[in-house]
Amino acid sequence: METRMLNVKINGRDYQVPDGTTILRAAREYAKIDVPTLCYLEGISEEGACAICVVEIKGARNLQRACLTKVSEGMEVWTNTSRVREARKLNVELLLANHPKDCLTCERSQNCDLRELASELGVREVEFPRTRTEWLPVDNTSLSLVRDPNKCVLCRRCVNVCAKVQSVYAIDIMGRGSNSTVSTFLDEGLGNVECVNCGQCLLVCPTGAITERSEIPDVWKALGDPDKVVVVETAPAVRVAIGEEFGMPDGTQATGKMAAALRSLGFDEVFDTDFSADLTIMEEGFELIGRIKNGGVLPLITSCSPGWVKFAETFFPKVLDHVSTCKSPQQMFGTVTKTYWAEKMGIDPRKIVVVSVMPCTAKKFEKERPEMKTAFHYWQEKLGLKDEEAFKDVDCVLTTREAAKMIREAGIDFASLPDEDFDKPLGESTGAGVIFGATGGVMEAALRTAYEVMTKKSLAKLDFEDVRGLEGIKSADIDIDGTILKVAVANGLGNARVLMEQVQKGESPYHFIEIMCCPGGCLGGGGQPISDNPDIKKKRAEAIYREDAGKPIRKSHENPEIKKIYKDFLGEPNSEKAHHLLHTEYCDRSCE
Amino acid sequence: MSMNLEDRLNENPELKKQFDELDVYIDEKASQQGSLINVMHRAQEIFGYLPDDVLYYVAKRLNVPRSTVYGVVTFYHFFSRVPKGRHTVSVCLGTACYVRGGSTVYDRVMKTLGIKAGETSQDRRFTLDLVRCVGACGLAPVVVIDKDTYGRMTPDKVVTLLNKYA
Ligand code: SF4
Ligand code: SF4
Ligand code: SF4
Ligand code: FES
Ligand code: FES
Repeated sequence: METRMLNVKINGRDYQVPDGTTILRAAREYAKIDVPTLCYLEGISEEGACAICVVEIKGARNLQRACLTKVSEGMEVWTNTSRVREARKLNVELLLANHPKDCLTCERSQNCDLRELASELGVREVEFPRTRTEWLPVDNTSLSLVRDPNKCVLCRRCVNVCAKVQSVYAIDIMGRGSNSTVSTFLDEGLGNVECVNCGQCLLVCPTGAITERSEIPDVWKALGDPDKVVVVETAPAVRVAIGEEFGMPDGTQATGKMAAALRSLGFDEVFDTDFSADLTIMEEGFELIGRIKNGGVLPLITSCSPGWVKFAETFFPKVLDHVSTCKSPQQMFGTVTKTYWAEKMGIDPRKIVVVSVMPCTAKKFEKERPEMKTAFHYWQEKLGLKDEEAFKDVDCVLTTREAAKMIREAGIDFASLPDEDFDKPLGESTGAGVIFGATGGVMEAALRTAYEVMTKKSLAKLDFEDVRGLEGIKSADIDIDGTILKVAVANGLGNARVLMEQVQKGESPYHFIEIMCCPGGCLGGGGQPISDNPDIKKKRAEAIYREDAGKPIRKSHENPEIKKIYKDFLGEPNSEKAHHLLHTEYCDRSCE
Repeated sequence: MSMNLEDRLNENPELKKQFDELDVYIDEKASQQGSLINVMHRAQEIFGYLPDDVLYYVAKRLNVPRSTVYGVVTFYHFFSRVPKGRHTVSVCLGTACYVRGGSTVYDRVMKTLGIKAGETSQDRRFTLDLVRCVGACGLAPVVVIDKDTYGRMTPDKVVTLLNKYA
C-alpha cells in the first residue's frame, strides 16, 4: 500500500511528506530546517520528556512537541517564532535551575548538548531558584562509571538504552515529579546491581551526568615513576576511532599515529592487544575444535566481551558451561606480559605496569575481578611472594576518550605525528586480530584458523561476508570440508538475550556463537569517542576491514610471534600451561 | 539477598506466613495485566509496609526487573518503605483548618508523639501524616485517625483523643 502524501507548510514553504511523519522529521529531512532536541533518540527514546523541540502550529493554542506530533493534511508549522524561542529558552532555564553549571571542570564541556542548547538559545542567566535544598549524592559504586544525578536532565535516554537495547534494566526513573532521579533498585548504585558496565548509557547521555571512572591520574603517576616499566596495549577498535578526538575524518585508520602518540607520552613499550587477540583465536579455536571432536558442550560462545560475560553470569548462570573459558584479549595480554615477556626480558614482574587502552568501560571492571591475578600466582612460588604482595594482570584501563585526553594534556599534535610501528614482540599481529573490533570479527578470525587447522588446507577466500555487517543477529552455515558448522553472531545484549534463551531451552541450532555486548561490537563500545554521526559505526567498521585487508598476514595461526610463544613458552594451544595462564572461570551473579 | 531470605523465612514462621499469603495472591493474579501495582498493594496490606525483601521477591516472582518495581514503589505516595504504626494520624493543614488553628494542633501532636510528618513513633503506635483538606472544612480544624474524622480539634482535645488509641 502506498503511503499517502500530505501537504504541509513549514515556515511558510510548502512540502509534501508521507502520512505518519513527525514534525521533527518533516522539518529535518524534507525542509532541511533544524529543530533543536534534547531527549529524543530515534527509535530508542521517544518520550517527549524535555519539550525543547516545541513548535507553533497554526490554529493550535499550545505549542507542540515536534518529536512526538505527527503532521496532518494542511498543517502550518512555524519552528522559529519568538514565542517558540522564548519557550525553548524557558525550558532550558528550568533544566538549569538545579544544575551545578560547572562546565569549566565538567568532563563533557566539549560535547554537552545542554551547554550547546543554552548557548544557542541565548541563555545568559537562570532566574529560577533551586528547588532542591541539597546536592544529590554522586554514585561512585561502579568500577567503570560514575553517575552525577545533579547534572541529569531526566531525558530518559540512558534508561531506555539500558532497557531496550541492552535488556539489562539496571536503572529507571525513581520517585516522581521534581524529586525524581535516575537510579537503581533501592538506590544501591550501579556497582551493586545488574549493570554490566557497558557504558551505552554514557554514550547517549546528552550531559555530563554519566562519565567513566577516570584512571588518568594513575597512569600519569606510573609514567612518572622511574622504577616502573610501563607497557601499553591498544585494543583493535581504538585505532579506527581515536582520530575523531583530534578532528580527523570519521573512519580514519590512525594506527601509526596512535603508536607514535603513546610513545611520546612516555610508555616504555607500545604493544598491541591484537597480539593477544591472535592468541585468543588459538585458544578459543582449539577449544571449539576440541568440543566438536569430543562431544563437548555446544554451542560454544565467545568470552572476549566483559559486559557480555557479566550479563551471562547475571541472567544465564545455568548455562555458563557454554561460554568459552578463554580470558579476554586484554587479560591474556596482561598475563603474557607479566610472565612470558617479563621472563624473556629478565624484568621483575612487580615493576611492570600494564596499561590498556580500550573502547570499553566494562574492561575497567574486568581488570579488578579477583581471579585476574594469574601472573602473580605464576611468580608467587618462584619469587617467594606473600599474599599481600599480589598484583593485577592489568593495572590500568583507559578508554579511547581518556587516552585522547592524555595526548591533549601532553600537548601532542596528534594529526601531524608521523606513523610509527608497535614494538616487538607483543606488538606483532595479523588481520584476524584487527577485526576483533567489529561485530562478527572474532567469528571470522576463528573460522579462518579453525578451517585451516581442521582441514589442513589453505582457505581460498579469507573474507566471511555472511558474518560481517551491523545487523543485530547474523547466522551462517560454514562448510568445512563437508562438515557444516552452524554459526551465529549477536551484538547488543538484547540480541544476545534472544540467542541465549534458545541455548537455555536447549534449542540452539548453532555450534559456535559470537556475542559482543555493545551494538556494532567494540567499535561501538562505551569508551569510544562520542559522535553525532548516525553512520559512525559503519565508518569505523569499514576502517577495520580496510586495516585487515592491508595486513601482510591475516590468520592468527600464522603470526610468527604467536608461533614463537607456543614454541618457547606455552607448548600447545590448550596445553596445561595455557589453561592455567590464559583461561578463567565464571560465577553465578543472579543474586547480586 | 534471596538466599538468606529463605534461611530467614525458615527461622521466622510469622514472616513465612506473610510471604505464603503473598504467594497465594500472586498465584491468583500474576497473569493479569498491570498486576505489579495490585501485588504491591496486597503486599503492603499483608506486611504493613514494603520491606526491601518483598520488593526483591515480587520482582523475581513476577519476572519484572527490580528497577521497575522500585520505580513503581517510589512513584506512588501510598506505598511506604518504612514500617507504619498501628494507627495513622493525619492532621489537616488545608486552608480552612490552618486558619482555625490546625498548626497548633499539629505542633502538639508532634510534641506528644515525638515525631514529624512521615515518621512512625518508636513504639509503632502511630504514624503521623499531614494532609491538605479532607473535605470536612465545616468541622475545621480536623484530625483523621485511621478511618475516623474528628472535628473542632484543639491541642488539648487531640491529646485526649490520642490516648484512646492503643
Ligand atoms: S553537564 Fe553540560 S551544562 Fe552541565 S556542567 Fe557539564 S558541560 Fe556544563
Ligand atoms: S552501563 Fe550498560 S548496563 Fe549499566 S546502566 Fe549503563 S546501559 Fe545499563
Ligand atoms: S543521566 Fe543523562 S541520559 Fe540519563 S536521564 Fe539523565 S541526562 Fe538523560
Ligand atoms: S526532544 Fe522533543 S520533547 Fe525532548
Ligand atoms: S481544610 Fe481541613 S478539611 Fe478542608
